[in-house]
Amino acid sequence: MKIWEMTAVSIGERIRQGEFTSEEAVRSFLDRTEGEEERIHAFVHLDGEAAIRRAREADRGIREGRYAGPLAGVPVALKDNICTRGIPTTCCSKILADFVPPYSATVAELLERAGAVILGKTNMDEFAMGSTTETSCFGPTKNPWDVSRAPGGSSGGSCAAVAAGEAPAALGSDTGGSIRQPASWCGVTGIKPTYGRVSRYGLIAYGSSLDQIGPIGRDVSDCAALLEILAVHDPRDATSAAGKNGFPGGPIGGGKPEEALRGAAGLRVGIPEAYIGEGTDLAVRRGILQAGEALLQAGALVETFSLGLEDYVIPAYYTIASAEASSNLARFDGVKYGRRAEKAPEDGLHEMYKKSRTEGFGPEVRRRILLGTFALSSGYYDAYYLKALKVRTLVQKAFDRAFEKYDVLLAPAAPTTASRLGESLSDPLKMYLGDIDTVAANLAGIPGLSMPWCLDEAGLPVGIQIMGNRFREDLVFRAAFACEALRGSWAEVWKREGGECS
Amino acid sequence: MSGTIDEKTMENVLILAKLELSGQERAQAAAEMEKMLGYVEKMNELDTSGVEPMVQPWEIENVFREDEVTNGDMREELLAGAPAREDGQYVVPRTVE
Amino acid sequence: MKQYETIIGLEVHVELATKTKIFCGCSTRFGAAPNTQTCPVCAGFPGALPVLNRKVLEFALAAGLALNCQVNRYSRFDRKNYFYPDNPQNYQISQLYLPICHDGEVEIETAAGRKVIHIHEIHMEEDAGKLIHDEWGDCSLVDFNRSGVPLIEIVSEPDMRSADEVVAYLEALRDTLQYLKVSDCKLQEGSMRADVNLSVREAGSETFGVRTEMKNLNSFKAIVHAVEGERERQIELLEEGKKVTQETRRWDENKESSHPMRSKEDAKDYRYFPDPDLPPVTVSEELLAEIRSRQPMLRGEWERWMREVWGLTEYEASVLTSSVYMAELFGETAKLSGNGRRTASWLMGETMRRMREEEVEPRDLKFSPEHLAALIRAEDEGRLTPHSAKKVFAAMFQEDVDPEQYMEEQGLAVVRDEKVLEEAVDRVLARCAKSVEEYMGGKEKVFSFLVGQVMRETRGQADAESVRRTLLDKLKK
Repeated sequence: MKIWEMTAVSIGERIRQGEFTSEEAVRSFLDRTEGEEERIHAFVHLDGEAAIRRAREADRGIREGRYAGPLAGVPVALKDNICTRGIPTTCCSKILADFVPPYSATVAELLERAGAVILGKTNMDEFAMGSTTETSCFGPTKNPWDVSRAPGGSSGGSCAAVAAGEAPAALGSDTGGSIRQPASWCGVTGIKPTYGRVSRYGLIAYGSSLDQIGPIGRDVSDCAALLEILAVHDPRDATSAAGKNGFPGGPIGGGKPEEALRGAAGLRVGIPEAYIGEGTDLAVRRGILQAGEALLQAGALVETFSLGLEDYVIPAYYTIASAEASSNLARFDGVKYGRRAEKAPEDGLHEMYKKSRTEGFGPEVRRRILLGTFALSSGYYDAYYLKALKVRTLVQKAFDRAFEKYDVLLAPAAPTTASRLGESLSDPLKMYLGDIDTVAANLAGIPGLSMPWCLDEAGLPVGIQIMGNRFREDLVFRAAFACEALRGSWAEVWKREGGECS
Repeated sequence: MSGTIDEKTMENVLILAKLELSGQERAQAAAEMEKMLGYVEKMNELDTSGVEPMVQPWEIENVFREDEVTNGDMREELLAGAPAREDGQYVVPRTVE
Repeated sequence: MKQYETIIGLEVHVELATKTKIFCGCSTRFGAAPNTQTCPVCAGFPGALPVLNRKVLEFALAAGLALNCQVNRYSRFDRKNYFYPDNPQNYQISQLYLPICHDGEVEIETAAGRKVIHIHEIHMEEDAGKLIHDEWGDCSLVDFNRSGVPLIEIVSEPDMRSADEVVAYLEALRDTLQYLKVSDCKLQEGSMRADVNLSVREAGSETFGVRTEMKNLNSFKAIVHAVEGERERQIELLEEGKKVTQETRRWDENKESSHPMRSKEDAKDYRYFPDPDLPPVTVSEELLAEIRSRQPMLRGEWERWMREVWGLTEYEASVLTSSVYMAELFGETAKLSGNGRRTASWLMGETMRRMREEEVEPRDLKFSPEHLAALIRAEDEGRLTPHSAKKVFAAMFQEDVDPEQYMEEQGLAVVRDEKVLEEAVDRVLARCAKSVEEYMGGKEKVFSFLVGQVMRETRGQADAESVRRTLLDKLKK
């Protein structure tokens, strides 16, 4: 087995045991990217020399006993909206094309402190606005399963990198599904933690009350190990959670499938019926029902139920996210950093602002800034923005009611499998509707984990999503480890190709 | 409330957002906004009277830092990426007062 | 001409005297080189997040309580969105929907009598950076050192009717805030800034006229001029049958006139919305009680204390309370020395004279109340002549010397040794034989000359009465 085929946790283990070094691991992935990048384009910044230097530093730290954690020496790719001191961070936007942050995000520091090695920065929809990674100013990432298809988004680069073996694990961010949906399309595992679980300091904001950083890996253990490192209170983020309550202290069952399976016993699982109703691909629907059936067989209590308000989550989400974005993205003005339009100064200040921003932002970002600006403007604030905040309250209450009855909810992470490249760009509203399975978790601030379950008839991964109550990642992981045990090795499913779901 | 994005509203939103769109782009943007708002207005079907707006998704309050200087001079690092700088300051086109 | 009434409301911005900025750990020290007190948060860098300085809340509450406000037990920060280069995020974090305090009042006194000015609200917010306009080029330079310095904005009701009332109100605010030590409130340095909202209406009318907002008022004089100028300008417009436009105007104190500020590009719609980066602030009963228990004496209480306990005159009390630091210095020194009268005279005399000469602010005075009290005790005990006391004080003023130690080192204690004094008198009598002759001849005026000579001989350390006595004795012989 080549190093690039291994999971993050097993790479960490072997480095600790001296089987190979961090540098060798990094080189293995760099070799892999050399072959794959042309095909996939998962990375937007990959400096092999620098990554190797960081790996040597990690190796030194491991030898000296400074790094002893499970992911010491393991390479990790970071979405390009996570600030990394001295490493370009662009949000895949022209307006930040030359931006090198003067500081690192808390998550980047935490990874470094754990001895992990930042491999490079991954492609994304511009400012995380999109569901296919096609709005990136660097061009789209391709889905490793079928390069004519999109990887999903906005963390498409991170998910595709993991799926293609270009990185064992990555960080993404999720504002309305941006980790879970691409994880589903790329056949990898990713979790959007509870809002506040992971520090947002250094994450370039899209929708501040919705954004959350989360890990992406080959399997549930990798996500749990990464989240363990990231879930730390950060005094620099006033919305960072204080404690670690409801957090699993690592892989459940010690990685043994039969142990993990026991977690299913007595687990109360609800399937919100609208999530597998109209507009959901047959393969996706079957995947969810099958996963439910398997959990039931393993001793879980599984039933469908009506969560409610499904028709209103996208309107509320786009109103809130766009409103916050219109304000968050105001700072990109050509004054302090990033791109200033040429010839601007002679025309005066406001011309400089308008030129820099119009040239610097792509159409999707401009669209959301305009929508958000309108939603906050005088005379419309109450009808749009405030209304959306009230709908948000109702959505959270619906989840609160659901979690009185269920430990976790089982649902798709996307209504379809990976779409063809270019398909969604023509009709923005249609693209927005694709977020139906994920945005509610962001509105309610609850954790949601997406993992591959089976393949559809085109051989594309079908994912399942497991949602839990706020700060109940422990239950989410318990269900996820059980599902993983029920599903079997993903490589096995992969080999079955077009398996039972279709 | 559809039909709200008339020429004047669009102009106002563009000024507020500091964006600039040519005639055709502007018409298209207005049409897209109109369409999205039409969809967003679905929210009006819900009775939200007496419902508190939710700004943050979980109860958290009173997060403070202490009044202690923790930052030193990082001017050079911050200014390193400035599009235009002079004498340790950011340069902008002359503002009129 | 018709009779007009002037209606004035004030928005007063006060920079809080915290060590660090409102949302980051950058220093607020005044006068640092441009942008050397900035970080990703206060320079508006991507990904940076604000965290509230606890002291800002405490100061805002202290100000609110002292100004008799109601406190919002649940308060939030909102973003005020507008593009301007001194505003690095292109939104200012402020409070609109749920400000920390509301409905307060301040009593003022003018020639027209006592009056209550109501306070609409007090909110916390961040200051903007500074723009410097290049005189030659076509550009401006931005310095973010001031960006994120905490402010409270105190918004009054339109209760004022004259420039006198405006000044009295501002003085009342300044006194209160200075005594609370939440701000030094210097108009010239911009740590207190007042925007004047003014409208006029025909006397007897119940409805308000159209108001304008006047900015850039950085002295009491400018405020008085601006109020009077704007009142006249509006009345003139109305008399000519024209209308007053609701607008923001910038006062130019050199020209004593104002001009409209807004450029056409600035559509005024701030799109306030709750800042999702900052959790709400809740004020508990315990916190309020704690703030209340820490509230210091305000100026009026100090004045009363000085008069009632130390017998100072109203004038003295008013001079000594013009600065909280002076009042505290008086209080401590008087308590330590037990001599309020002498304390007052040191502070109002020598201290203030030297402060004027050397341009020293009360809070920068070097000597401690302990040392001033020691000096006063030495005087009270007759161990220092007035002349020597001034010398000791001069040294204390420069570098806070210990007066007892200094007296000893410099040999300034009163000469009590009869022998030393007699020798000095003998020397003078020998030297000034001619004067002695004149005195003996009946020219009594010469006596004071001889006293002066002895004083000089003893370098001022002899007690004048002893000198006189010894001299008379010797002359009689």
